[in-house]
Amino acid sequence: MSVSLTPAAARHVEKSLAKRGSGIGLRLAVKTSGCNGFAYALEFVDSTNADDECFETHGVKVIVDPRSLGMLAGTELDFVREGLNEGFKFTNPNAKANCGCGESFAV
Amino acid sequence: MALLQIAEPGQSAAPHQHRLAAGIDLGTTNSLIATVQSAVARALPDEEGALLLPSVVRYLPGNGIVVGREAQDSQAEDPENTIVSVKRFMGRSLTDVKEAAGLPYRFVDAPGMVGITTVAGERSPVQVSAEILTALRERAEVSLGGPLAGVVITVPAYFDDAQRQATKDAARLAGLTVLRLLNEPTAAAIAYGLDKAAEGTFAIYDLGGGTFDISILHLTKGVFEVLATGGDSALGGDDFDHATAEWFCAQHGLQGLAALPPGAQRSLLAAARKAKETLSSHETAAMSLPGADGAAQHAILSSTQFAELGAPLIARTLSATKRALRDAKLTINDITGVVLVGGSTRMPIARDAVRALFERDPLVDIDPDQVVAIGAALQANVLAGNSGGDEWLLLDVCPLSLGIETMGGLVEKIIPRNSTLPIARAQEFTTFKDGQTAMSLHVVQGERESVAHCRSLARFELRGIPPAVAGSVHIRVSFQIDADGLLSVTARDQASGIEAHIEVKPTYGLADAQISAMLQDAIGSSKADMLLRSLREAQVDARRMLDATEAALGQDAALLSAQEISTIHQAMFRVGDMLETEAPLDELRLATAVLGAVTDTFAARRMNASISQALAGRTMDSLV
Repeated sequence: MSVSLTPAAARHVEKSLAKRGSGIGLRLAVKTSGCNGFAYALEFVDSTNADDECFETHGVKVIVDPRSLGMLAGTELDFVREGLNEGFKFTNPNAKANCGCGESFAV
Repeated sequence: MALLQIAEPGQSAAPHQHRLAAGIDLGTTNSLIATVQSAVARALPDEEGALLLPSVVRYLPGNGIVVGREAQDSQAEDPENTIVSVKRFMGRSLTDVKEAAGLPYRFVDAPGMVGITTVAGERSPVQVSAEILTALRERAEVSLGGPLAGVVITVPAYFDDAQRQATKDAARLAGLTVLRLLNEPTAAAIAYGLDKAAEGTFAIYDLGGGTFDISILHLTKGVFEVLATGGDSALGGDDFDHATAEWFCAQHGLQGLAALPPGAQRSLLAAARKAKETLSSHETAAMSLPGADGAAQHAILSSTQFAELGAPLIARTLSATKRALRDAKLTINDITGVVLVGGSTRMPIARDAVRALFERDPLVDIDPDQVVAIGAALQANVLAGNSGGDEWLLLDVCPLSLGIETMGGLVEKIIPRNSTLPIARAQEFTTFKDGQTAMSLHVVQGERESVAHCRSLARFELRGIPPAVAGSVHIRVSFQIDADGLLSVTARDQASGIEAHIEVKPTYGLADAQISAMLQDAIGSSKADMLLRSLREAQVDARRMLDATEAALGQDAALLSAQEISTIHQAMFRVGDMLETEAPLDELRLATAVLGAVTDTFAARRMNASISQALAGRTMDSLV
């Protein structure tokens, strides 16, 4: 199982990395916090750890640590525009419940 | 459902903890709001995609209010109730608003700040600005999906305390938490990351819609100091449009812009503006004015012709720039970077002129309309705690020393000039007279040693000091200037804990020209000031000795012979005379020394008397 990006998400990551001027890819992680137990984290990556898993979709490197991968396997990350707001949205088959804010979930 | 943004490594915020922060450029002509998302600062558009919000507020009958483009469009039909360029009135009294006579508003001379009578009642510039800020806040909250935790608002470098306070009040009225106010040129410098440099001197050339500002900044150790500001409050992009429109009229044998009907004036100005924008990227631009009979009049404007039309206007910006450099005592060679701000700097003629003057390429990569808001957004992001703790915290300095008046009309400086802000300093003072129960504190600003030559900011009183001997009371006076340069002063009696406090909101503050005049004044007259200070100190000493001697004579005259009393009286009269006639320092010091000498024995006798009184009737045992 892997973690993937939609073409729109990949394009936006590429653009953000270019604007930032440095970084090798995007890190997806799960942190134990938030109102529903777990929370997603999205970060730029400057250096990887030895045990990180690396996936490449649409030319963008997605880096996930092994602990998070268990809860993210099969996740697709999309970039959407909702009215004036735009940002990333997770479609995670492992999540059983999402909180209203979308930033945390339960498995 | 909230959407996620990419964070810097190791800094992804815990859910619900990312604090939304924004930077606001509250401009004379246009305003905009920007925020940092995914480590990139960007200006936020409205529903129609427009970034710039015209700083225009129209009050309608009933409680309707229209802000922005729609209000701007109705300017011609309802000038009395459509407030434009309200920034010019912030923190100003009616006498400060020189152009008032030429404006269509019904001004009211309210205390402290001018008011404007509209169909919705009397409105202060603070309220009008609050409407603009509210529109921006709503735009940001819709766009970011949550309430703003705090904002950074930019103000011109030359804004004084009253104008800054008015801006803060407007923000509060608009439901915004102000993290701090930031000088516009400083914000532009931050947007270009100039604050990351170790040191440098920068010129910020800001040609907006209706105003021109030039600022010279000096950066050392992360602190921007404003060396000089200048400009022309009635010179901007609109003037280029007018010049072009007049040229068009001349081409077609029309009498001039003013002679056209209002509708034609507006469409001609719009055509001129469009031509100006076209010429930023093309060699020629077509202009046309639809006539009443349906036949349109046309003209082709070349960039060379436009350059000729704009040359006198550009020349005015350059002379203001040279003046600012002179004020800062700098030459072109001292400038390490030039930043262009304001939509009108897109005109190649402006860029070329700046390049030629400074003999270097100006920084132009960031959209000149957005650069100030972007700098403010970067600062807001840091202040809201969204980026790492090791990030810079940009500091400003206070332009003039702050202090309080002491006896004799002297100034005791508490916060020296060019101290970095925020700052808190305290100093102890004491009472001057026996049994004194109140103390009047006079807060002044300036570099001179005497109060008369400094600017009075505020007065307040500390009352209810428990009566005590002069000099035995400890009053701690604390000055605090927050990051926005706003001052609060507290006086506290250390023994009893009674306290008095004042927030300094001067009715109108100092313009930058006054600041530099006061500084030059201080440098030029420092020797005279030192002499005056010594004299005043000697006078205070003399007066204190007179008071003490008088009190002692009242109590213990019995200890002296008639001869001794008359000697002391003579010495007292002499000192009193000198105080009255403002005698020179040397003579006064001598007379005071004489008084001290003739009262020496008296003081010794009083001391002995009070000791024997204390010992009277006691045995040796009770004392050991």
